[in-house]
Amino acid sequence: MLELVRSLGRRVDDGVWRLGFAARFFVVTLALSGSALRRFPLVVREIYFTGVLSLIIIVVSGLFVGMVLGLQGYDTLQRYGSEEALGVLVSLSLVRELGPVVAGLLFASRAGSAITAEIGLMKATEQLSAMEMMAVNPIARVVAPRFWGGVISMPLLAAMFSAMGVFGGYLVGVVLIGVDEGQFWSQMQSAVDFREDILNGVIKSVVFGVAVSVIAVFEGYDAPPTAEGVSGATTRTVVTSSLAILALDFMLTAFMFRGA
Amino acid sequence: MSERSLVSISDLNFAYDERPVLSGINIEIARGKVVAIMGGSGCGKTTLLRLIGGQLKPARGEVRVAGQVVHELDRKGLYALRRRMGMLFQFGALFTDMSVFENVAFQMREHTDLPEELIADLVTMKLHAVGLRGAAHLMPAELSGGMARRVALARAIALDPMLMLYDEPFAGLDPISLGVVGQLIRKLNDALGACSIVVTHDVQESLHIVDYIYFVSDGKVVAEGTAQEMRESADPWVHQFVWAQPDGPVPFHYPAAPYGEQLLGRAGA
Repeated sequence: MLELVRSLGRRVDDGVWRLGFAARFFVVTLALSGSALRRFPLVVREIYFTGVLSLIIIVVSGLFVGMVLGLQGYDTLQRYGSEEALGVLVSLSLVRELGPVVAGLLFASRAGSAITAEIGLMKATEQLSAMEMMAVNPIARVVAPRFWGGVISMPLLAAMFSAMGVFGGYLVGVVLIGVDEGQFWSQMQSAVDFREDILNGVIKSVVFGVAVSVIAVFEGYDAPPTAEGVSGATTRTVVTSSLAILALDFMLTAFMFRGA
Repeated sequence: MSERSLVSISDLNFAYDERPVLSGINIEIARGKVVAIMGGSGCGKTTLLRLIGGQLKPARGEVRVAGQVVHELDRKGLYALRRRMGMLFQFGALFTDMSVFENVAFQMREHTDLPEELIADLVTMKLHAVGLRGAAHLMPAELSGGMARRVALARAIALDPMLMLYDEPFAGLDPISLGVVGQLIRKLNDALGACSIVVTHDVQESLHIVDYIYFVSDGKVVAEGTAQEMRESADPWVHQFVWAQPDGPVPFHYPAAPYGEQLLGRAGA
């Protein structure tokens, strides 16, 4: 029993220590971001790897999610004779929730894990130590550009996901099922508010981008320099990022739409 | 610390958590010399190198490089000192997302405002010095182990350092590459007028190129002298190490119960 309590205490202690270390790491990354942002080509390169190379999975997933929303939405709405509101249902679901959340989850699995694995392997093969010995701070040179690359890519990917989702909903609802095209677009246009819906969705995607990017770079930097260590860190990035996205989504939604 | 010393280590102690790794190390290394630090695996050689480079802080004692106590420097001072150092890591530690050319140019681009044309010329000269001018366009994944080590050497000398640190530069190399790297260490040290510290357990290659040798065992310097003195040493530890004897002061067998007793005990069980 005593051993159980001791082990629990140790886990909590380790967890708090790690959280503190991650917070310090985040602050140092922000403090050293100046040089990364001044040398913007380094960030552009990371935007390519995390953003552009994630486009296919985002576009395809967005399209299918929108198509499913179109089918499910039509099935429910037509029971109440409001199938012309399909455009509203599809667009609000996407820009408020599904766009940022699903794009965030996909971003964590596709780009977050890749960032962790890359930094972790750089550590395991002593590339980060070599940089330190060359008087180049690896947080400024390696971590900060990847962090900002992720933060910039994530809202763009979420926007792309939502746009493809709306197109998928249009394909199923209007082209396949035959919902009135004018109603589909005009109801969407009048119901979707720029500040309440789109801007809040963008804020969510920026927050998720920060969360996933900081978790990914931290896990890579903190990974034990072994094959098992890097593999464990990659798994932790996906699991922690996914949970963080869902928890943050609840908190942000509670603040943003409480009176709406 | 004598006037000619570039590196001076006095009463150096270091421990990982509670486990002591180095205790009471005293070493003086003069400018222009190539010095080897030898010992078996896990004896604390690489730790000593990391203490000299300021990657670790000692529990007691100090390392002075060019008159500066390394562990007392702040980050800015340490980085200023490291710009005058070069380090060759055990497996090269080349940046895998950059070509050979970009690896060698890395420090020049980070620390100087030299125009690209001049950097291109300097990189070509560094690569020529290690015989790999024609490999400038290759990526690290396309290089053999020996070539990667030579590229890493070219990168380490990019800013003409005053102190070169080598961590196991001969590990995993074929005999030809091993000889090439050994000769390069000596030639580059003499050409740069630098001081080189080679951490290794490759005795025969090291004895050819170094001026002085320190043997480290259990975290202490157990023997020191020139290559010739080490070859002729009657010290049983040095003799076993230099002549690669399987048994001696460093036992072949891990401590265990008596052999016969163990076998008979198992037969009777």
